[in-house]
Amino acid sequence: MTAPLIERSAALRRLRQLGKAMTTPLLPDDYLALINPLWSQRELRGRIEKVVPITDRAATLVIRPGWGWSFDHAPGQYIGIGVEIDGKFHWRSYSLSSVPLVEGRTVSITVKAMPEGFLSDHLVNGLEPGTIVRLASPQGDFVLPDPPPERMLFVVGGSGITPVMSILRTLERRGTIPDVVLAYSAVHEEDMMFLAELRELSEANPDFRFYERFTDSDGMLTPEQLDDVCPDWLERETWACGPGPMLDAFTDHYKRLGREDHIHVERFTLNAAGGEGAGGTVTFGVGGPTVEVDGATTLLEAGEKAGINMLFGCRMGICHTCDVPLASGRIRDLRSGNEHSEPNEYIQTCISVAAGDCTLTL
Amino acid sequence: MAFADVREYTHLTDEEVEAIGAELDEIRAEIEASRGQADRDYILRVITLQRRLAAAGRITLFASFFPPAWLLGTALLGSAKILENMELGHNAMHGQWDWMNDPEIHSSNWEWDTTQPAEQWKHSHNYIHHQFTNVLGHDNDIGYGILRMSRDQKWSPYNLGQPVYNALLALFFEWGVALHDLDIEAIRKGKKDIPLLKKQLRQIRAKVGKQTLKDYVLYPALTGPFFLQTLSANFTANIIRNVWTYGIIFCGHFPDGAVHFTEEELEDETRAEWYLRQMLGSANFKGGKLLHIMSGQLGYQIEHHLFPDLPSNRYAQISTKVQDLCKRYDIPYTTGPLWKQYGQTLRTIMKLSLPNRRTEDNPAPLSPRQTRRLRDDERQIRRSELGKWSGAASA
Repeated sequence: MTAPLIERSAALRRLRQLGKAMTTPLLPDDYLALINPLWSQRELRGRIEKVVPITDRAATLVIRPGWGWSFDHAPGQYIGIGVEIDGKFHWRSYSLSSVPLVEGRTVSITVKAMPEGFLSDHLVNGLEPGTIVRLASPQGDFVLPDPPPERMLFVVGGSGITPVMSILRTLERRGTIPDVVLAYSAVHEEDMMFLAELRELSEANPDFRFYERFTDSDGMLTPEQLDDVCPDWLERETWACGPGPMLDAFTDHYKRLGREDHIHVERFTLNAAGGEGAGGTVTFGVGGPTVEVDGATTLLEAGEKAGINMLFGCRMGICHTCDVPLASGRIRDLRSGNEHSEPNEYIQTCISVAAGDCTLTL
Repeated sequence: MAFADVREYTHLTDEEVEAIGAELDEIRAEIEASRGQADRDYILRVITLQRRLAAAGRITLFASFFPPAWLLGTALLGSAKILENMELGHNAMHGQWDWMNDPEIHSSNWEWDTTQPAEQWKHSHNYIHHQFTNVLGHDNDIGYGILRMSRDQKWSPYNLGQPVYNALLALFFEWGVALHDLDIEAIRKGKKDIPLLKKQLRQIRAKVGKQTLKDYVLYPALTGPFFLQTLSANFTANIIRNVWTYGIIFCGHFPDGAVHFTEEELEDETRAEWYLRQMLGSANFKGGKLLHIMSGQLGYQIEHHLFPDLPSNRYAQISTKVQDLCKRYDIPYTTGPLWKQYGQTLRTIMKLSLPNRRTEDNPAPLSPRQTRRLRDDERQIRRSELGKWSGAASA
């Protein structure tokens, strides 16, 4: 990984130090952003360059990130995107569909407008090129090991194709699509994203087998049907991405056969596997209001209920918009079950619960 | 004199007080529901203007050897600092823009261009002053522990120097604010928690270091041979900001008409009574749009105290509703031109430098219900029971 220029050059680092001293309590970025909104590292930003329709309800957004972005994401990772609507920022997470480093100085995500999702609809239909958005750095471990395994199976439902697309494109660009089976379900043909590109890919690569499934005529793909779709699935490493019930069915099936180490899943909802905390009294700001919370209510929810204006983004532990320092006490991370009690450590309020009394710095 | 109960002063019935509270809650809900793009555009415009003014001031002062440039640069920098402290810093730290969910304009992240650390300001101002507004012994903003601002505060010979302290406070207001959350009175009485004091002093030292390095070392040094000219310009810009913010803030609670309360008022105080105390304890001033922006909309001090976390650009609109409410319930709504409000404040400072027996008490102005004949529905209900005699008569 190459560090940004500003980190590598000692002269630039000193210049930035001087700039900070000259602009305190702001940052040089706050003045530079007056000239170009992308010249700021205070928050990661990006400019929408193009909105390319993919299907009737999906579009690929090509984004030019501003300062502070490193283009070295692993294929399969996702980013957070914060969009301003009527004065207010809303955050969501989307998998990057672009290949690292090669597509110029841009990244792209593919968004499907959900019937009840006002934000996804805005992203697909309401975003003008030139709009400045906020970004959160790429994250996620839905990625291929290096070198990739020799035989792979991708089980994909709906918009779960986006991280897989990034993985496939990267493999193809390296000229080494190994033995890959893709089982991809969508409601019907018009709804299937990247259909033409995937068909082309499978024609050009004899080792890449593409199984198309349309659920309104064929029904949902069940784990039991794997034997027909991909008879040698037991010899393959599996990556699955799609709706929650589909992922649950597949992980259960793999677990029953003792193969849970061979399936990698990506969920776009908070998976509270870490168990509940003990609960306690939470104080918002030293000397500020206090509330009693149980061990299942996140600190963010507790603060909002107490009428405190707390910053938030994705609400699933991805974007770090909601981070605040822990002044004292103990909290539990809902996802991992790890407890944190280091004073002044930044904690993510959206996935943290009280494990005893604690105080946040606001 | 200070009041022990908002009712004692306003002659409102319990039902009226609760009705007023409900109306004010409704105004809040209305504004909250209508916050949107136009409000965000407003604050972004002010932020852009403020940063351009600051940059223009600093650049102009590279010619600080040339007197007109010195004057222009000082004026630009001074107004940038005023805008930053009042319309941006003070209001952002109140959480007025938190609804935008934008980390760059949020009360938890804003640090302002003055020597007091934001964290301490949010405690001394947002909590102590706004919660306990004008309650003697609780609100440290009544004279800031330096001036005697109420006849109910004890006089001591120290107060004879008030005219001098006042002038010094005006000139070096920024430094008074920096020390404000230390709670000088608590320190004097030996009640201050020592580890907390040390922590606060460390924070202040760090912030003061950055501010003085910027204004009094870096920029003067960058202009080379004109070090002293740039230094004097930056110093003057800070003084201009100090005097202006001092003047605006002193017009918020010290003009005639803004009354004080005793501790008893806090006992079992309802939300509606809290609203009333905020209205009775604050004073507005009148002026044009520019004056209001340069004072962070604190000319609408009453509205600000009712709704400290609603966006400041909405106070003018809220003010017409609050004035209408005050008229209907005969609640005093203190306002006047800036010079008159400050004149009254200055007179009080001078007067209270002397002991009470040397000066005449000018009592708080009577509320409208004390000066005119009451309507029937405002009077105490006449006792209807007639005692033994009527009982005997009807039998």
